[in-house]
Amino acid sequence: MSQPIIISASPHVHSDRTSKKLMYDVVIALIPAFLVSLYVFGIGALIVTAVAVISCLLFEYLIQKFLLKSEVTIGDGSALITGVLLAFNLPSGIPVWMIVVGSLVAIGVAKMSFGGLGFNIFNPALVGRVFLLISFPVQMTMWPTAVENQTEIADAVTGATPLGIIKEGLMFGETMAEISSKIPSLTDMFMGITGGSLGEVSAFALLIGGVYLLIKKVITWHIPVTMLVTMAVMTGIFWVVDSESYASPLIHILSGGALLGAFFMATDLVTSPMTKKGMVVFAMGIAVITVVIRLFGAYPEGVSFAILIMNALVPLINTYFKPRRFGSKIKSKIV
Amino acid sequence: MLKTFPKGGIHPPENKITSSKGIKRMPVPKAVNIPIAQHIGIPAEIVVDRKDKVEIGQIIAKSGGFISSNIHAPVAGTVTKIDKIIDSSGYKKQCIVIRTDAKNETNFAEIDYPLKTKIQLEPKEIIQRISDFGIVGLGGATFPSHVKLNVKEGKKIDCLIINGVECEPYLTADHSLMLEKAAEIVVGVKILMFALKINNAVIGIENNKKDAINLFKNIVKTEVGIEVAALKVKYPQGGEKQLVKSILKREVPKNGLPLDVGVIVHNVGTIFAVYEAVQYGKPLIERVVTVTGKKLENPANFWVKIGTPIKDLIAEVGGLPEGTRKLVNGGPMMGKAIKNTDVPVTKGTSGIFVISEEEASRGETKNCIRCGECVFVCPMGLEPHLLMNLAEKGCYERASSEDIMTCIECGSCSYVCPSHRPLLDYIRFGKIMVKKLETSKN
Repeated sequence: MSQPIIISASPHVHSDRTSKKLMYDVVIALIPAFLVSLYVFGIGALIVTAVAVISCLLFEYLIQKFLLKSEVTIGDGSALITGVLLAFNLPSGIPVWMIVVGSLVAIGVAKMSFGGLGFNIFNPALVGRVFLLISFPVQMTMWPTAVENQTEIADAVTGATPLGIIKEGLMFGETMAEISSKIPSLTDMFMGITGGSLGEVSAFALLIGGVYLLIKKVITWHIPVTMLVTMAVMTGIFWVVDSESYASPLIHILSGGALLGAFFMATDLVTSPMTKKGMVVFAMGIAVITVVIRLFGAYPEGVSFAILIMNALVPLINTYFKPRRFGSKIKSKIV
Repeated sequence: MLKTFPKGGIHPPENKITSSKGIKRMPVPKAVNIPIAQHIGIPAEIVVDRKDKVEIGQIIAKSGGFISSNIHAPVAGTVTKIDKIIDSSGYKKQCIVIRTDAKNETNFAEIDYPLKTKIQLEPKEIIQRISDFGIVGLGGATFPSHVKLNVKEGKKIDCLIINGVECEPYLTADHSLMLEKAAEIVVGVKILMFALKINNAVIGIENNKKDAINLFKNIVKTEVGIEVAALKVKYPQGGEKQLVKSILKREVPKNGLPLDVGVIVHNVGTIFAVYEAVQYGKPLIERVVTVTGKKLENPANFWVKIGTPIKDLIAEVGGLPEGTRKLVNGGPMMGKAIKNTDVPVTKGTSGIFVISEEEASRGETKNCIRCGECVFVCPMGLEPHLLMNLAEKGCYERASSEDIMTCIECGSCSYVCPSHRPLLDYIRFGKIMVKKLETSKN
């Protein structure tokens, strides 16, 4: 035999899944929501996304090349996803330099300082977003209202998100019936004609992306379904008891970051549990914390905080919710 | 609903390119190399000397203990060498080399026994014969069959499962044997049921072999107590513990055997060997081997004499194709890569898998992205990513408490890992270290 023969242990075949393919599948799944954001927020959405993506890739490159002097892996798709997701969690009118700062925190602090891809505890995009939200609360909550085919950023009208309007209204003692006239219709919320962060507005587009991820088996149903169902049940109980002071479950699911969080942020492979039981517990935790923040907290929205808090618990969840070992408990009868 | 095991499993491309090709007979080789350790347990003791003349079927190495097996001469000829030769494990092992006597007619006689259904031996005699005639598990594990059949006092067996699953991609040795020898296999099943004094047997076949399922269903219509179970196509459906779970819903306890839940599992190839040994007194001197690979000119299934060098098989299918980079003894999921083609076929060789350049190289190992895919596919409910880390970092005690020893080495975790991490390699290493740790403690 002329060439060397390879000797290696079994298995000798491998599935054609690679982590790179998984990452780019996530990117593809984000396209519908991106298109809606372009339609709803105009050129601003493009600028925010482009700046976030470019700065995330650039920071990862610089850190790997000059600080760590390691292999540069910006082609693996993970920094690209972080950039897109960070942009999706920002209002479209945010100053460009803030996006750059957010990207630095996301990639530099949340990802690379933990050891890079696979070692980070917290979702990098969310760390970037929450850092900006706490540091620049005014700019981070200036939501350009949805104006179809809006082209001029400077003149964009700003307003609050549906959840913000509800929170404020309830604080001033208004009833839900009075508030409901001020918030967009459920149809508008479903399609994305509403105020909010870039990528979170259109439930419709996010569902398309989510279904794509499920079909491609990038994610399983456990996290998104558990999270949304728990949210619906919890907010539903409050709504049934007192529909004057609490918004309906449908408003809660369709507004804010619930769907973006459920399908794209909580399901982040690296920062979510590795067993199905663990995923269910993790998603329930996110839903409970989100609802508590939304109904009783100071912030109108709590998905980002909820996911980050549960991210911190993932190692614990992995330790306590292990798969059942085969043969560990004998249920079957011996005849 | 097809029966299956509930947890884990994968579905790699089946690639059963030789499934409808029947079984050809390999020409008798010029010489055979017979390793004396081709079963699990104690190697057999050589009872012939250099220059001895041996007859076909004569014992050339005697069982070395309870868990051991006799080895018989697959050809009539002269013992030319007793020496250490590299076998499929990659190590040099003691071998008996026999040069085939080209003039001896018994070597070339077409053996085609007519179907013989009447069982004349008593249960004890049957088990003795299985032991004497060197029958071992032909599914790949090569565990001496008589050991499984000697059920200890106090253990109660109520079901015999016949493993016709053949869940390994590419391999079709069992499939083609089932198609050609179905009636004989059913007699073999009855022989074992009689020997074990039990009334139930189930033949488990994966649903990608519908022809075999229908064939057996037709034959067992008239038999009492023998059933055919169609199983979902899912790897590792043929793993002993998975198979028992799929068919009977009984779960073999951790570190236990099917015996603990009243079951004995035998491969269809073994059953056929039992049939021939009990009904015609033929020792285990040949078996069916699939020689396969995408680039091979003429992949096929063969009746092969034990000890035939693999190069003879490869020559028979048209030689090694250009760009061959890997040779595997067994199937793609659990087979062993071998170094050269001088390695002989042994009792455990179910296939020879020839892999080309594109399929042979492993992807570059990347960071674990904690996707959990390895956990989802593990049929034993283990966490391969964790076990790999523990083995890598030398935490063997923790690995042991995380049940590393229950790993069946099916390779599903390494197969699916999107970061191409060598999970099973490290788990195997961890198992070896845990074993060492345990022996040093005792």
